[in-house]
Amino acid sequence: MASGEVKLIGAWASPFVMRPRVALNLKSVPYEFLQETFGSKSELLLKSNPVHKKIPVLLHADKPVCESNIIVEYIDETWSSSGPSLLPSLPYDRAMARFWAAYIDEKWFVALRNFLKAEGEEEKKAVIAEFEEGNALLEKAFIDCSKGKPFFNGDHIGYLDISLGSFLAWLRVTELAASYKLLDEAKTPSLCKWADHFCNDPAVKPVMPETAKLAEFAKKIFAKPQA
Amino acid sequence: MTEEVILLDFWASMYGMRTRIALAEKRVKYHYREEDLWNKSSLLLQMNPVHKKIPVLIHNGKPLCESLFQLEYIDETWPEENPLLPSDPYKRARAKFWADIIDKKVNVAGRRIWTTKGEEKEEASKELIEILKTLESELGDKDYFGEETFGYVDIALIGFYSWFGVYDKYGNINIESECPKLIAWAKRCLQRESVAKALPESEKITTFISERRKKLELE
Repeated sequence: MASGEVKLIGAWASPFVMRPRVALNLKSVPYEFLQETFGSKSELLLKSNPVHKKIPVLLHADKPVCESNIIVEYIDETWSSSGPSLLPSLPYDRAMARFWAAYIDEKWFVALRNFLKAEGEEEKKAVIAEFEEGNALLEKAFIDCSKGKPFFNGDHIGYLDISLGSFLAWLRVTELAASYKLLDEAKTPSLCKWADHFCNDPAVKPVMPETAKLAEFAKKIFAKPQA
Repeated sequence: MTEEVILLDFWASMYGMRTRIALAEKRVKYHYREEDLWNKSSLLLQMNPVHKKIPVLIHNGKPLCESLFQLEYIDETWPEENPLLPSDPYKRARAKFWADIIDKKVNVAGRRIWTTKGEEKEEASKELIEILKTLESELGDKDYFGEETFGYVDIALIGFYSWFGVYDKYGNINIESECPKLIAWAKRCLQRESVAKALPESEKITTFISERRKKLELE
Protein backbone atom coordinates (compact mmCIF):
# COMPACT_ATOMS: atom_id res chain seq x y z
CA MET A 1 0.00 0.00 0.00
CA ALA A 2 1.52 3.29 -1.09
CA SER A 3 2.11 5.69 1.77
CA GLY A 4 2.25 9.46 1.92
CA GLU A 5 -0.28 12.25 1.81
CA VAL A 6 -2.06 12.83 -1.49
CA LYS A 7 -3.06 16.28 -2.71
CA LEU A 8 -4.46 17.31 -6.06
CA ILE A 9 -4.10 20.86 -7.37
CA GLY A 10 -6.96 21.53 -9.75
CA ALA A 11 -10.29 23.15 -10.53
CA TRP A 12 -13.81 21.67 -10.53
CA ALA A 13 -14.55 22.67 -14.13
CA SER A 14 -11.43 21.23 -15.75
CA PRO A 15 -11.91 17.95 -17.63
CA PHE A 16 -8.20 17.24 -17.22
CA VAL A 17 -8.45 17.59 -13.45
CA MET A 18 -11.47 15.27 -13.43
CA ARG A 19 -9.30 12.44 -14.73
CA PRO A 20 -7.09 11.91 -11.66
CA ARG A 21 -10.13 12.52 -9.40
CA VAL A 22 -11.98 9.59 -10.98
CA ALA A 23 -8.83 7.46 -10.79
CA LEU A 24 -8.28 8.25 -7.11
CA ASN A 25 -11.94 7.43 -6.41
CA LEU A 26 -11.68 4.12 -8.25
CA LYS A 27 -8.67 3.24 -6.10
CA SER A 28 -10.38 4.51 -2.91
CA VAL A 29 -7.46 6.86 -2.23
CA PRO A 30 -8.35 9.82 0.00
CA TYR A 31 -6.88 13.15 -1.12
CA GLU A 32 -7.00 16.84 -0.40
CA PHE A 33 -8.39 18.84 -3.31
CA LEU A 34 -6.64 22.19 -3.60
CA GLN A 35 -8.78 24.38 -5.84
CA GLU A 36 -7.11 27.03 -7.93
CA THR A 37 -8.93 30.33 -8.40
CA PHE A 38 -9.83 30.89 -12.03
CA GLY A 39 -7.60 33.55 -13.53
CA SER A 40 -4.68 33.21 -11.13
CA LYS A 41 -2.07 30.57 -10.32
CA SER A 42 -1.01 29.71 -6.78
CA GLU A 43 2.60 29.65 -5.57
CA LEU A 44 2.24 25.93 -4.98
CA LEU A 45 1.14 25.31 -8.58
CA LEU A 46 3.98 27.39 -10.04
CA LYS A 47 6.49 25.61 -7.80
CA SER A 48 5.08 22.12 -8.52
CA ASN A 49 4.76 22.52 -12.29
CA PRO A 50 7.30 25.18 -13.31
CA VAL A 51 7.53 23.96 -16.92
CA HIS A 52 3.83 24.10 -17.87
CA LYS A 53 2.28 25.99 -14.89
CA LYS A 54 -0.92 23.98 -15.49
CA ILE A 55 -3.40 21.88 -13.54
CA PRO A 56 -3.84 19.08 -12.62
CA VAL A 57 -0.79 18.39 -10.45
CA LEU A 58 -0.83 15.42 -8.13
CA LEU A 59 1.34 15.78 -5.03
CA HIS A 60 2.18 12.44 -3.45
CA ALA A 61 4.23 12.90 -0.27
CA ASP A 62 4.97 16.35 -1.77
CA LYS A 63 6.41 14.89 -5.00
CA PRO A 64 4.67 16.38 -8.05
CA VAL A 65 3.26 14.37 -10.95
CA CYS A 66 2.00 16.40 -13.94
CA GLU A 67 -0.09 15.79 -17.10
CA SER A 68 -3.49 14.18 -16.53
CA ASN A 69 -2.98 10.91 -18.44
CA ILE A 70 0.46 10.42 -16.88
CA ILE A 71 -1.09 11.03 -13.44
CA VAL A 72 -3.78 8.38 -14.11
CA GLU A 73 -1.11 5.82 -15.01
CA TYR A 74 0.89 6.78 -11.92
CA ILE A 75 -2.19 6.25 -9.72
CA ASP A 76 -2.80 2.85 -11.35
CA GLU A 77 0.79 1.72 -10.77
CA THR A 78 1.17 3.13 -7.26
CA TRP A 79 -2.11 1.74 -5.89
CA SER A 80 -2.02 -1.38 -8.04
CA SER A 81 -3.35 -3.65 -5.32
CA SER A 82 -6.36 -1.43 -4.67
CA GLY A 83 -9.37 -1.72 -6.96
CA PRO A 84 -9.31 -2.99 -10.55
CA SER A 85 -6.50 -2.18 -13.01
CA LEU A 86 -7.08 0.98 -15.00
CA LEU A 87 -5.11 -0.27 -17.99
CA PRO A 88 -5.59 -3.59 -19.81
CA SER A 89 -3.15 -6.38 -18.98
CA LEU A 90 -1.86 -7.17 -22.50
CA PRO A 91 0.85 -4.87 -23.91
CA TYR A 92 -1.00 -4.52 -27.24
CA ASP A 93 -4.27 -3.51 -25.60
CA ARG A 94 -2.38 -1.04 -23.37
CA ALA A 95 -0.75 0.52 -26.45
CA MET A 96 -4.19 0.85 -28.08
CA ALA A 97 -5.65 2.52 -24.97
CA ARG A 98 -2.78 5.04 -24.96
CA PHE A 99 -3.16 5.61 -28.71
CA TRP A 100 -6.86 6.43 -28.44
CA ALA A 101 -6.35 8.61 -25.36
CA ALA A 102 -3.77 10.65 -27.32
CA TYR A 103 -6.17 10.86 -30.30
CA ILE A 104 -8.93 12.13 -28.01
CA ASP A 105 -6.73 14.94 -26.66
CA GLU A 106 -5.02 15.89 -29.92
CA LYS A 107 -7.88 15.59 -32.39
CA TRP A 108 -11.31 14.88 -30.90
CA PHE A 109 -11.19 17.51 -28.16
CA VAL A 110 -9.76 20.10 -30.58
CA ALA A 111 -12.73 19.45 -32.91
CA LEU A 112 -15.10 19.84 -29.94
CA ARG A 113 -13.51 23.18 -29.01
CA ASN A 114 -13.74 24.36 -32.63
CA PHE A 115 -17.49 23.73 -32.60
CA LEU A 116 -18.36 26.96 -30.88
CA LYS A 117 -15.67 28.98 -32.63
CA ALA A 118 -16.96 28.11 -36.11
CA GLU A 119 -18.57 30.99 -37.98
CA GLY A 120 -20.59 30.82 -41.14
CA GLU A 121 -22.32 27.83 -42.75
CA GLU A 122 -19.25 26.43 -44.55
CA GLU A 123 -17.04 26.43 -41.47
CA LYS A 124 -19.81 24.96 -39.32
CA LYS A 125 -20.36 22.15 -41.83
CA ALA A 126 -16.63 21.37 -41.90
CA VAL A 127 -16.39 21.28 -38.09
CA ILE A 128 -19.44 19.02 -37.81
CA ALA A 129 -18.01 16.65 -40.44
CA GLU A 130 -14.65 16.51 -38.63
CA PHE A 131 -16.26 15.88 -35.27
CA GLU A 132 -18.57 13.17 -36.58
CA GLU A 133 -15.67 11.44 -38.32
CA GLY A 134 -13.91 11.35 -34.95
CA ASN A 135 -17.01 9.99 -33.24
CA ALA A 136 -17.27 7.20 -35.80
CA LEU A 137 -13.66 6.24 -35.10
CA LEU A 138 -14.30 6.21 -31.35
CA GLU A 139 -17.48 4.17 -31.79
CA LYS A 140 -15.45 1.51 -33.60
CA ALA A 141 -12.61 1.78 -31.05
CA PHE A 142 -15.14 1.22 -28.27
CA ILE A 143 -16.50 -1.92 -29.93
CA ASP A 144 -12.93 -3.22 -30.45
CA CYS A 145 -11.66 -2.40 -26.95
CA SER A 146 -14.74 -3.25 -24.86
CA LYS A 147 -15.29 -6.68 -26.46
CA GLY A 148 -18.96 -6.62 -25.46
CA LYS A 149 -18.44 -5.20 -21.96
CA PRO A 150 -19.82 -1.85 -20.74
CA PHE A 151 -16.52 0.08 -20.73
CA PHE A 152 -13.48 0.58 -23.00
CA ASN A 153 -11.56 -1.13 -20.20
CA GLY A 154 -14.05 -4.03 -19.94
CA ASP A 155 -16.09 -4.59 -16.79
CA HIS A 156 -14.70 -1.56 -14.99
CA ILE A 157 -13.87 2.04 -15.85
CA GLY A 158 -10.26 2.45 -16.96
CA TYR A 159 -7.73 4.82 -18.46
CA LEU A 160 -9.47 5.29 -21.82
CA ASP A 161 -12.95 5.61 -20.28
CA ILE A 162 -11.56 8.31 -18.00
CA SER A 163 -9.79 10.05 -20.88
CA LEU A 164 -12.98 10.40 -22.97
CA GLY A 165 -15.52 10.52 -20.16
CA SER A 166 -13.90 13.56 -18.58
CA PHE A 167 -15.06 15.60 -21.60
CA LEU A 168 -18.74 14.60 -21.35
CA ALA A 169 -19.85 17.58 -19.25
CA TRP A 170 -18.22 20.02 -21.69
CA LEU A 171 -19.74 18.07 -24.58
CA ARG A 172 -23.21 18.61 -23.06
CA VAL A 173 -22.52 22.33 -22.57
CA THR A 174 -21.43 22.57 -26.22
CA GLU A 175 -24.57 20.72 -27.35
CA LEU A 176 -26.73 23.27 -25.52
CA ALA A 177 -24.83 26.26 -26.89
CA ALA A 178 -24.76 24.95 -30.47
CA SER A 179 -28.26 23.41 -30.35
CA TYR A 180 -26.82 20.33 -31.96
CA LYS A 181 -26.70 16.73 -30.80
CA LEU A 182 -23.00 15.84 -30.66
CA LEU A 183 -23.46 12.31 -29.31
CA ASP A 184 -26.33 10.84 -31.31
CA GLU A 185 -27.88 7.44 -30.45
CA ALA A 186 -28.59 6.86 -34.14
CA LYS A 187 -24.98 7.41 -35.21
CA THR A 188 -23.00 6.18 -32.20
CA PRO A 189 -25.28 3.91 -30.18
CA SER A 190 -22.47 2.16 -28.27
CA LEU A 191 -20.82 5.42 -27.23
CA CYS A 192 -24.16 6.75 -25.98
CA LYS A 193 -24.75 3.67 -23.83
CA TRP A 194 -21.19 3.88 -22.58
CA ALA A 195 -21.63 7.58 -21.70
CA ASP A 196 -24.64 6.68 -19.56
CA HIS A 197 -22.74 3.94 -17.72
CA PHE A 198 -19.78 6.23 -17.19
CA CYS A 199 -21.78 9.13 -15.80
CA ASN A 200 -23.69 6.88 -13.40
CA ASP A 201 -20.62 5.23 -11.94
CA PRO A 202 -20.17 6.05 -8.23
CA ALA A 203 -16.53 7.02 -8.81
CA VAL A 204 -17.60 9.56 -11.45
CA LYS A 205 -20.84 11.10 -10.13
CA PRO A 206 -19.30 13.18 -7.31
CA VAL A 207 -16.72 14.80 -9.61
CA MET A 208 -18.67 15.28 -12.85
CA PRO A 209 -19.63 18.96 -13.10
CA GLU A 210 -23.39 19.63 -13.38
CA THR A 211 -24.26 20.79 -16.88
CA ALA A 212 -26.14 23.93 -15.75
CA LYS A 213 -23.35 25.04 -13.42
CA LEU A 214 -20.74 24.41 -16.12
CA ALA A 215 -22.80 26.27 -18.74
CA GLU A 216 -22.93 29.32 -16.41
CA PHE A 217 -19.18 29.10 -15.87
CA ALA A 218 -18.57 28.77 -19.63
CA LYS A 219 -20.65 31.90 -20.30
CA LYS A 220 -18.52 33.79 -17.80
CA ILE A 221 -15.13 32.71 -19.12
CA PHE A 222 -15.95 32.95 -22.81
CA ALA A 223 -17.85 36.21 -22.48
CA LYS A 224 -16.49 38.99 -24.67
CA PRO A 225 -14.96 41.77 -22.51
CA GLN A 226 -17.13 44.85 -22.06
CA ALA A 227 -16.00 47.78 -24.18
CA MET B 1 5.81 -19.02 -32.15
CA THR B 2 7.70 -17.21 -34.93
CA GLU B 3 7.68 -13.52 -34.31
CA GLU B 4 7.23 -11.23 -37.24
CA VAL B 5 8.17 -7.62 -36.65
CA ILE B 6 7.94 -5.03 -39.39
CA LEU B 7 8.76 -1.35 -39.10
CA LEU B 8 7.30 1.12 -41.60
CA ASP B 9 9.58 4.12 -41.38
CA PHE B 10 11.34 7.02 -43.10
CA TRP B 11 15.12 7.26 -42.83
CA ALA B 12 15.20 10.88 -41.62
CA SER B 13 12.39 10.61 -39.08
CA MET B 14 13.53 11.34 -35.54
CA TYR B 15 10.45 9.40 -34.40
CA GLY B 16 11.30 6.33 -36.46
CA MET B 17 14.82 6.47 -35.01
CA ARG B 18 13.29 5.95 -31.55
CA THR B 19 11.69 2.67 -32.52
CA ARG B 20 14.79 1.48 -34.39
CA ILE B 21 16.90 2.14 -31.28
CA ALA B 22 14.44 0.40 -28.94
CA LEU B 23 14.23 -2.70 -31.14
CA ALA B 24 18.05 -2.82 -31.35
CA GLU B 25 18.42 -2.39 -27.58
CA LYS B 26 16.12 -5.39 -27.14
CA ARG B 27 17.90 -7.34 -29.93
CA VAL B 28 14.62 -7.86 -31.75
CA LYS B 29 14.99 -8.84 -35.40
CA TYR B 30 12.70 -6.90 -37.71
CA HIS B 31 12.08 -6.06 -41.36
CA TYR B 32 12.64 -2.39 -42.12
CA ARG B 33 10.43 -0.92 -44.86
CA GLU B 34 11.26 2.53 -46.15
CA GLU B 35 8.19 4.64 -46.91
CA ASP B 36 8.03 7.43 -49.47
CA LEU B 37 6.13 10.06 -47.49
CA TRP B 38 4.97 11.72 -50.71
CA ASN B 39 3.61 8.46 -52.05
CA LYS B 40 2.45 6.44 -49.06
CA SER B 41 2.09 2.69 -49.46
CA SER B 42 -1.27 0.99 -49.19
CA LEU B 43 0.17 -0.99 -46.27
CA LEU B 44 0.90 2.22 -44.35
CA LEU B 45 -2.56 3.62 -45.05
CA GLN B 46 -4.12 0.34 -43.99
CA MET B 47 -2.03 0.02 -40.81
CA ASN B 48 -2.38 3.65 -39.69
CA PRO B 49 -5.66 4.87 -41.18
CA VAL B 50 -6.19 7.47 -38.44
CA HIS B 51 -2.95 9.46 -38.83
CA LYS B 52 -1.36 7.93 -41.98
CA LYS B 53 2.06 8.51 -40.41
CA ILE B 54 5.26 6.63 -39.75
CA PRO B 55 6.65 4.95 -37.77
CA VAL B 56 4.25 2.01 -37.66
CA LEU B 57 5.37 -1.11 -35.83
CA ILE B 58 3.61 -4.25 -37.03
CA HIS B 59 3.96 -7.18 -34.63
CA ASN B 60 2.53 -10.46 -35.90
CA GLY B 61 0.19 -8.53 -38.18
CA LYS B 62 -1.06 -6.10 -35.50
CA PRO B 63 -0.16 -2.41 -35.98
CA LEU B 64 1.10 -0.07 -33.27
CA CYS B 65 1.30 3.65 -33.95
CA GLU B 66 2.95 6.61 -32.21
CA SER B 67 6.64 6.19 -31.38
CA LEU B 68 6.49 6.71 -27.61
CA PHE B 69 3.74 4.08 -27.27
CA GLN B 70 5.87 1.78 -29.43
CA LEU B 71 8.76 2.23 -26.96
CA GLU B 72 6.54 1.20 -24.05
CA TYR B 73 5.13 -1.71 -26.01
CA ILE B 74 8.62 -2.91 -26.93
CA ASP B 75 9.71 -2.58 -23.29
CA GLU B 76 6.68 -4.54 -22.04
CA THR B 77 6.82 -7.22 -24.75
CA TRP B 78 10.57 -7.92 -24.48
CA PRO B 79 11.20 -7.15 -20.81
CA GLU B 80 14.35 -9.24 -20.27
CA GLU B 81 16.94 -7.16 -22.15
CA ASN B 82 17.90 -3.57 -21.31
CA PRO B 83 14.82 -2.14 -19.59
CA LEU B 84 13.91 1.18 -21.20
CA LEU B 85 11.67 2.56 -18.45
CA PRO B 86 12.38 2.51 -14.71
CA SER B 87 10.25 0.21 -12.55
CA ASP B 88 9.49 2.85 -9.89
CA PRO B 89 6.12 4.52 -10.67
CA TYR B 90 7.33 8.03 -9.78
CA LYS B 91 10.43 7.74 -11.98
CA ARG B 92 8.27 6.34 -14.78
CA ALA B 93 5.91 9.29 -14.50
CA ARG B 94 8.85 11.73 -14.66
CA ALA B 95 10.27 9.93 -17.71
CA LYS B 96 6.90 10.15 -19.51
CA PHE B 97 6.57 13.81 -18.52
CA TRP B 98 9.91 14.70 -20.15
CA ALA B 99 9.21 12.63 -23.25
CA ASP B 100 5.86 14.45 -23.56
CA ILE B 101 7.66 17.83 -23.39
CA ILE B 102 10.09 16.70 -26.07
CA ASP B 103 7.14 15.72 -28.28
CA LYS B 104 5.23 18.94 -27.66
CA LYS B 105 8.09 21.41 -28.05
CA VAL B 106 11.22 20.28 -29.89
CA ASN B 107 9.85 19.46 -33.35
CA VAL B 108 7.34 22.31 -33.31
CA ALA B 109 10.16 24.83 -32.91
CA GLY B 110 12.62 22.86 -35.04
CA ARG B 111 10.28 22.54 -37.99
CA ARG B 112 9.40 26.23 -37.92
CA ILE B 113 13.10 27.09 -38.12
CA TRP B 114 13.53 25.56 -41.57
CA THR B 115 10.07 26.32 -42.97
CA THR B 116 9.65 30.00 -42.06
CA LYS B 117 11.44 33.32 -42.49
CA GLY B 118 12.11 36.55 -40.66
CA GLU B 119 10.54 37.15 -37.26
CA GLU B 120 8.78 33.78 -37.14
CA LYS B 121 12.05 31.96 -37.77
CA GLU B 122 13.85 34.05 -35.12
CA GLU B 123 11.17 33.29 -32.58
CA ALA B 124 11.38 29.57 -33.38
CA SER B 125 15.17 29.62 -32.93
CA LYS B 126 14.78 31.26 -29.52
CA GLU B 127 12.14 28.70 -28.51
CA LEU B 128 14.30 25.79 -29.59
CA ILE B 129 17.31 27.00 -27.60
CA GLU B 130 15.05 27.56 -24.62
CA ILE B 131 13.63 24.03 -24.66
CA LEU B 132 17.07 22.48 -25.25
CA LYS B 133 18.42 24.44 -22.28
CA THR B 134 15.52 23.20 -20.14
CA LEU B 135 16.33 19.65 -21.16
CA GLU B 136 20.04 20.22 -20.51
CA SER B 137 19.23 21.47 -17.02
CA GLU B 138 17.07 18.39 -16.39
CA LEU B 139 19.99 16.20 -17.48
CA GLY B 140 22.26 18.03 -15.01
CA ASP B 141 25.43 16.08 -14.28
CA LYS B 142 23.93 12.70 -15.09
CA ASP B 143 25.31 10.57 -17.91
CA TYR B 144 21.83 9.90 -19.21
CA PHE B 145 18.31 11.21 -18.61
CA GLY B 146 17.54 7.73 -17.30
CA GLU B 147 20.09 8.33 -14.50
CA GLU B 148 22.54 5.43 -14.51
CA THR B 149 21.30 3.83 -17.68
CA PHE B 150 20.37 4.86 -21.19
CA GLY B 151 16.60 4.70 -21.53
CA TYR B 152 13.25 6.05 -22.62
CA VAL B 153 13.92 9.80 -22.42
CA ASP B 154 17.35 9.46 -24.03
CA ILE B 155 15.73 7.48 -26.86
CA ALA B 156 12.93 10.07 -27.17
CA LEU B 157 15.42 12.91 -27.69
CA ILE B 158 18.52 11.50 -29.40
CA GLY B 159 17.05 11.36 -32.93
CA PHE B 160 16.79 15.17 -32.92
CA TYR B 161 20.59 15.34 -32.63
CA SER B 162 20.87 14.33 -36.28
CA TRP B 163 18.75 17.38 -37.09
CA PHE B 164 20.83 19.89 -35.08
CA GLY B 165 22.86 20.72 -38.22
CA VAL B 166 19.60 21.78 -39.94
CA TYR B 167 18.54 23.93 -36.97
CA ASP B 168 22.01 25.53 -36.69
CA LYS B 169 22.17 26.31 -40.41
CA TYR B 170 18.70 27.73 -40.95
CA GLY B 171 18.20 29.10 -37.46
CA ASN B 172 21.53 30.93 -37.34
CA ILE B 173 22.27 29.37 -33.99
CA ASN B 174 25.01 27.21 -32.54
CA ILE B 175 23.46 24.53 -30.38
CA GLU B 176 26.85 23.18 -29.26
CA SER B 177 27.92 26.50 -27.76
CA GLU B 178 24.50 27.09 -26.16
CA CYS B 179 24.10 23.57 -24.77
CA PRO B 180 27.52 21.91 -24.48
CA LYS B 181 26.39 19.33 -21.91
CA LEU B 182 23.58 18.22 -24.18
CA ILE B 183 26.03 17.71 -27.05
CA ALA B 184 28.31 15.71 -24.73
CA TRP B 185 25.28 13.58 -23.80
CA ALA B 186 24.45 13.03 -27.48
CA LYS B 187 28.00 11.91 -28.28
CA ARG B 188 27.86 9.54 -25.30
CA CYS B 189 24.62 8.03 -26.67
CA LEU B 190 26.18 7.67 -30.12
CA GLN B 191 28.73 5.29 -28.62
CA ARG B 192 25.91 2.78 -28.26
CA GLU B 193 25.60 0.57 -31.33
CA SER B 194 21.79 0.85 -31.34
CA VAL B 195 22.02 4.64 -31.64
CA ALA B 196 24.96 4.76 -34.08
CA LYS B 197 23.10 2.46 -36.47
CA ALA B 198 19.76 4.26 -36.17
CA LEU B 199 20.89 7.85 -36.68
CA PRO B 200 21.72 9.00 -40.22
CA GLU B 201 24.68 11.33 -40.72
CA SER B 202 23.80 14.93 -39.99
CA GLU B 203 25.00 16.08 -43.45
CA LYS B 204 22.59 13.72 -45.15
CA ILE B 205 19.67 15.32 -43.32
CA THR B 206 20.91 18.83 -44.04
CA THR B 207 21.12 17.99 -47.77
CA PHE B 208 17.65 16.46 -47.67
CA ILE B 209 16.18 19.57 -46.04
CA SER B 210 17.94 21.83 -48.52
CA GLU B 211 16.17 19.91 -51.30
CA ARG B 212 12.83 20.10 -49.44
CA ARG B 213 13.23 23.86 -49.08
CA LYS B 214 13.86 24.21 -52.84
CA LYS B 215 10.68 22.23 -53.53
CA LEU B 216 8.78 24.41 -51.04
CA GLU B 217 10.33 27.47 -52.75
CA LEU B 218 12.01 28.62 -49.57
CA GLU B 219 15.41 29.07 -51.18
